[in-house]
Amino acid sequence: MVEENRVTLRGMWSSMYSKRVELALRVKGIEYEYMEEDLMNKSMLLLRYNPVHKKVPVLVHNGKPVAESLVILEYIDETWKHNPRLLPEDPYERAKVGFWANFLHLQVFEALAVVFTSEGEVQERAIEQEEVFGVKFIDRDKYPIISSWVMSLTELPLVKEVIPPREKLAGIFRFIRDKALKSSAV
Amino acid sequence: METVKLYGAWPSPYSCRVIWALKLKGIPFEYIEEDLYNKSPQLLQYNPVYNKIPVLVHGGRPICESMVILEYLDEKWPQQPLLPTDPYERAEARFWVKFAEDKGLSIRMIYRTEGEKQEKARRDALEMLTILEEHGLNGKKKFFGGDNINIVDIAFGWIAHWMGVIEEITGVKLVEGNKFPLLKAWMHNFKEVSLINENLPNREKMVAFFRTRRSLILSAAWHPDFGFISRR
Repeated sequence: MVEENRVTLRGMWSSMYSKRVELALRVKGIEYEYMEEDLMNKSMLLLRYNPVHKKVPVLVHNGKPVAESLVILEYIDETWKHNPRLLPEDPYERAKVGFWANFLHLQVFEALAVVFTSEGEVQERAIEQEEVFGVKFIDRDKYPIISSWVMSLTELPLVKEVIPPREKLAGIFRFIRDKALKSSAV
Repeated sequence: METVKLYGAWPSPYSCRVIWALKLKGIPFEYIEEDLYNKSPQLLQYNPVYNKIPVLVHGGRPICESMVILEYLDEKWPQQPLLPTDPYERAEARFWVKFAEDKGLSIRMIYRTEGEKQEKARRDALEMLTILEEHGLNGKKKFFGGDNINIVDIAFGWIAHWMGVIEEITGVKLVEGNKFPLLKAWMHNFKEVSLINENLPNREKMVAFFRTRRSLILSAAWHPDFGFISRR
C-alpha cells in the first residue's frame, strides 16, 4: 500500500469497539493493515496516536490518527463516500441514529460494564438500571424484536468473520472481571 | 419554511447550547420554557425515552440530545458552520465533543454527591481539566474553532459559566490560582463573545436554583432522571 492512502487499525481482538471499526472497514471494502495492541503493554505508537485516552481502537489514515470508535465510523463514512453507507443521507434519519447510538452507549454498555465488573449490591443495582430501560441480557421471550435483530446480525457473513470465538472471549472476560473484582475489594 | 420549536429550561447548559447554535445561524425559533419539576405532556410525547430537555421540534418532528441537535442544525442550515468541512478535522472536533460529554459527568457528580464520592469526582474532574489544558487547548488559537467559536467551544460552554456555580455551591474549587492558564483564557474569551454573553442565565438565579436542587438530590427526595421520589 502506498503511504498516501494507507489505512492502519490499531485494535484488540476482544474489544467490541475495535470490532465495530473492523466491521465498518470490511463493509466498505477498504483495505487496511491491522495491528494488535497488547493492552497490558501498550505500544509507544498507540500512546503517541491517542495521548488523551491511550486506548484502542485508533484508525491511522495518511499518517493521521482518529480515535473513538463512533467518531471513526463517521470519519470512514465521510472519507469513503461509496456505498454501502454507514449512516443515512437524510439529516433527520441521521439524528435518530445519533440518538440511539448515544442511548446504547450510555444506558446499555455502561450499565453492562458495571454489571460485568461488580458483584453483590452494586451488580444488583446495575441490573435494575437495565430493567428500567428495558434491556435485560436480551431475554428472547421478553424482547423478541431485539433478539431476532441480534440473530440476523450474527448470521451475516461479514459479522461472522469478525466476531472472535466464544471460548476465547469468555476466557479474557473472566480475566478482566477477576481483575476488576480484586481491585475493588480491599 | 417549517417551524422550529425548542423545548428548554433556563438553567440548563444543554438547553443553552441549542439556543447559541440557533442564534449563531440566525434560525428563527419559538422557545417553550419547561418547568423541570413539572414537565409538560408535550415533552413526554416528543421525548418518550428520557422525558428531558432540550428537544428541538422541526416541522413537527422531534430531535433529542443537545449534540445530536447541533449536528442536525449544521446539516439543515449550513450557514455559520459548527463543524469543519474536512473529514479529519471533523473527526477531531467530534472527539473533543465526546470528551466534553463523557468527562463533564465528573463535574456533575461533584454537584450531585458529597463525602468520598465527591472527592473521587473531584479527582476525576481535575484529571479531565488537565487533559483539556495540555492536549485540547495547547497550540490552539483563541477558540477550538480558530478565530470564531465552533461546535467544540459550544460543547465546553458549561465549563465557562456553570462550573463556577458548582464550585460556589459545593465549596469544591477546581480552577484556582495559577492553574489552568489556557483554560482560564478560553473561558474568558468564550464569555466575551456577544452572542454568548447575551444568552447566559443569570448567575445569582442559577446559584439559588442549583443550591435547592442539590439539597433535593442529596436528601433523595428528587432524582434528576426520575423526578420526585414518592415515599415507598
